[in-house]
Amino acid sequence: MPNFVRPALVISIVVALAVFPLAAGKYEVDLIAKILVLAIFALSLELLVGQTGLVSFGHAAFFGLGAYTTALLLQDPDPRSFWLVMAAAMVVAALYALPVAALCLRTRGVYFIMVTLAFAQLVYYVFHDTKIAKGSDGIYLTGVPAISFAGWVPFDITKSLPFYYVALALLCAVYALLAMLERSRFGRALAGIRVNEQRMRAAGFATYPYKIAAFVIAAMLAGLAGFLKATKDGYVNPEMLAWHESGAVLLMIILGGLGKLRGAVLGAFAFVLLQEVFKNDAIFGEFAKRWQLLLGFTIIVCVLVLPHGLVGLPARLRRRERHDG
Amino acid sequence: MDLGTFLIQCLNALQYGLLLFLVASGLTLIFGIMGVINLAHGSFYMIGAYMAYALAPWVTTTLGGGFFTTLLLGLVLAVLLGYVLEWLFFSYLYEREHLQQVLMTYGLILVFEELRSILVGDDVHGVSAPDWLSGTIALGSLMTYPVYRLFISAVCLLVALAMYLVLSRTRLGMAVRAGSVNREMAQSLGVNIGVLYRVVFAAGVALAVLAGMIAAPVSSVYPGMGGQVLIICFVVVVIGGIGSVRGAFVAALLVGFVDTFGKVFFQEAAGVLVYLMMAAILLWKPEGLFRQG
Repeated sequence: MPNFVRPALVISIVVALAVFPLAAGKYEVDLIAKILVLAIFALSLELLVGQTGLVSFGHAAFFGLGAYTTALLLQDPDPRSFWLVMAAAMVVAALYALPVAALCLRTRGVYFIMVTLAFAQLVYYVFHDTKIAKGSDGIYLTGVPAISFAGWVPFDITKSLPFYYVALALLCAVYALLAMLERSRFGRALAGIRVNEQRMRAAGFATYPYKIAAFVIAAMLAGLAGFLKATKDGYVNPEMLAWHESGAVLLMIILGGLGKLRGAVLGAFAFVLLQEVFKNDAIFGEFAKRWQLLLGFTIIVCVLVLPHGLVGLPARLRRRERHDG
Repeated sequence: MDLGTFLIQCLNALQYGLLLFLVASGLTLIFGIMGVINLAHGSFYMIGAYMAYALAPWVTTTLGGGFFTTLLLGLVLAVLLGYVLEWLFFSYLYEREHLQQVLMTYGLILVFEELRSILVGDDVHGVSAPDWLSGTIALGSLMTYPVYRLFISAVCLLVALAMYLVLSRTRLGMAVRAGSVNREMAQSLGVNIGVLYRVVFAAGVALAVLAGMIAAPVSSVYPGMGGQVLIICFVVVVIGGIGSVRGAFVAALLVGFVDTFGKVFFQEAAGVLVYLMMAAILLWKPEGLFRQG
């Protein structure tokens, strides 16, 4: 691929997403906004799973903590600073992630997967069974986070269109941050840990602090996604912390293709849009009620024919052509 | 808590733990030997429960058989299902990364749930225990305990005993144990790994289906029942040590007792206790209690 194709592709995708609301209705804008938030969540997990090789099955804990922090800070009708609430959501997620990472990283492989699940279930049950935030009913946000300049609030972020652009901007920022991280010395070290941790240690890297740092950064970005989710819905409940949510985001990045940042974004889009398409009774008629069957088979076929996820599709098609020709 | 209540809670804990063992033992073998993280294992439990619901009337009217005929028929179907699934889907995945398997078995969950919805519907159904097992026995002067729950524990114990005998006394069991410790070595010593995989997978499915079938009269059958049992079984597998049936047995009983007595003593925090225990055990022994090899 020539050098200019990839940047051109990225720019055209961002531009397409930016002009999309001009051509679409409110439903479509809300749908894509939801995917943009999930894409941030998926990217945060990609840093951990795809880049560092640490499979966390408890990532929803940080997503949910971000969301709950947001909700608990916005319990009175006065608007609060957008940046302040966002920072608080990320800090709370990081504060929980630090001890969890320090403990979980003592185990590895499948055991690591299960200990991260355990610490996520811990948070789930705290919010589900105690009255901190109305238990299993969940709570509504009464206030809104406002982006203001010297007291002037240019837009209401809870409206679809402003939220869409804020989410898009934050997704681009997170993507850029992770792309830079990937190319930095820190990112190279994480890649080394993924491929062969023993060798990294032999090369003089203290791998444990690197892994903790990756875990905490991933948790902060998940907290950011949770903050956006709570702001968008105006409501949080313990299901945001449940293992289903951790599982769903893991499935998104596997479907998209591990090891590539764009795979996480692609996976979030594919996962949600496939559901939407299969649920659409204009296309599938009566069968739309059975959307899970179609989605299930689609996923199975994807796994069987695409070993590297959706990002591996172009390479696979190219190879096919070469074989035929 | 008086002695009678304590006894009843012990019996409940035992029954719950043993039932978990049936599902988790299959999971730990599939995990330990085939290296497959099978998220669809909970679905097999669900399929078993729905078989108990759907097959029983048909078996009584057409075959004239009773409870045990239904169980037997269910087991035969389960082995067939396991065999076909292994052949069609799982056999392509052994060389792949774990996470690819996770994704595919998640797809299978969706397919199974939707097929269940198409075939049986989305309602909650009760399943009645056979008449000769539906009574209660007296415990002390005031309490009674349902016979059927004792029956569940007895069946599970019998299966556990049978598994122990097969694993420790037969050639197949030797191959299974060898496979769970070192797959490549077992293969190079002449164990036909393809056949072993298929047998282990079919047996694992049969165990989960059996658990679902005998649990159905107690738990009733409802959509989503597979997901609930799946996660707790993974907890059991990991506490016990992956691939260890003995570990799964000990861990299942531990989970059964902690969960049951947790609900009695701290209603507020019952759910979290099992996970706290798992975290504590894994921080103490990072490879589970009975990890071999």
